[in-house]
Amino acid sequence: MKLIVNGEFFETSKAGTITDLLNELSIDPGQVAVEVNLSIIRKADHSTFRLHEADKIEIVNFVGGG
Amino acid sequence: MDDNLIIRGIEFQSRLWVGTGKYKDFEETKKAIEASGADVVTVAVRRVNIIDRKSENLLDYIDPGKYKILPNTAGCYTVEDALRYARLAREAGISDLIKLEVIGDEKTLFPDTLGLLKATEILAKEGFIVLPYTNDDPIMAKRLEGAGAAAIMPLGAPIGSGLGIRNPYNLKIILETVKLPIIVDAGVGTASDAAIAMELGCDAVLINTAIAGAKDPIAMAGAMKHAVIAGRLAYKAGRIPKKLYATASSPFEGML
Repeated sequence: MKLIVNGEFFETSKAGTITDLLNELSIDPGQVAVEVNLSIIRKADHSTFRLHEADKIEIVNFVGGG
Repeated sequence: MDDNLIIRGIEFQSRLWVGTGKYKDFEETKKAIEASGADVVTVAVRRVNIIDRKSENLLDYIDPGKYKILPNTAGCYTVEDALRYARLAREAGISDLIKLEVIGDEKTLFPDTLGLLKATEILAKEGFIVLPYTNDDPIMAKRLEGAGAAAIMPLGAPIGSGLGIRNPYNLKIILETVKLPIIVDAGVGTASDAAIAMELGCDAVLINTAIAGAKDPIAMAGAMKHAVIAGRLAYKAGRIPKKLYATASSPFEGML
């Protein structure tokens, strides 16, 4: 399945849900927010929200800022 | 006597708030924050680097259990972008606090106050605790109050400029007319600027560049801490009026 994650093409054979994708990318779900095709997917729904071919996914976290 | 700042029921232990941008590394960020005594730190919302997955994260150094995390919408030039970043920040974080920025121009980073007003209204209705970064404009400050802001964050001077408090008289008018906490955001260059903001009666000061960009950020963080405390104490103590001519401090009586 081909996805666009944070603006980059990303191919995965196993990503079914957001939780699967975060695991594959070794991202701690506690400190991030995830958006799929411009809709925020709440943390509680990560394990049930299924991804589809060509989905545009944004994974953000906090960085230094003023 | 307790003199803590309270915004929408959230009690803040320090009146110095600090940013976490522009530091050399996370270790320096952490030490500077500790030296500042601040219990509020601002952060930005950005993409996770999915290609280089080094494990270091800002929040590994700044414990959200110890500090209040205040996310910003820095870099947003439209209402839509600011709303998107604010909603992502709420989802990534643990609170409804948002330092709302809708920037109008790259060179000055002055706020687009019309966009800011609109975004404040929408986010306040969504239950956010909105702290808008705005101009030192008393009329806009009142409008933001009406739109549901929880505090007003007027600039002292452009972000990162270090020009200090350029219009103390406007800040005084804002302090007199707006009933919300007033937090000076941007423009502070050195300790005296922070003290001036506090002496005017502002409720807090948010500083990033003046600390992170100093030759010794950790020492400057300590200087800012004392400046904010001194300024607040002086404001509470009530300064003497300014006069054109002298008044002797020593008695005339008993002179030879």
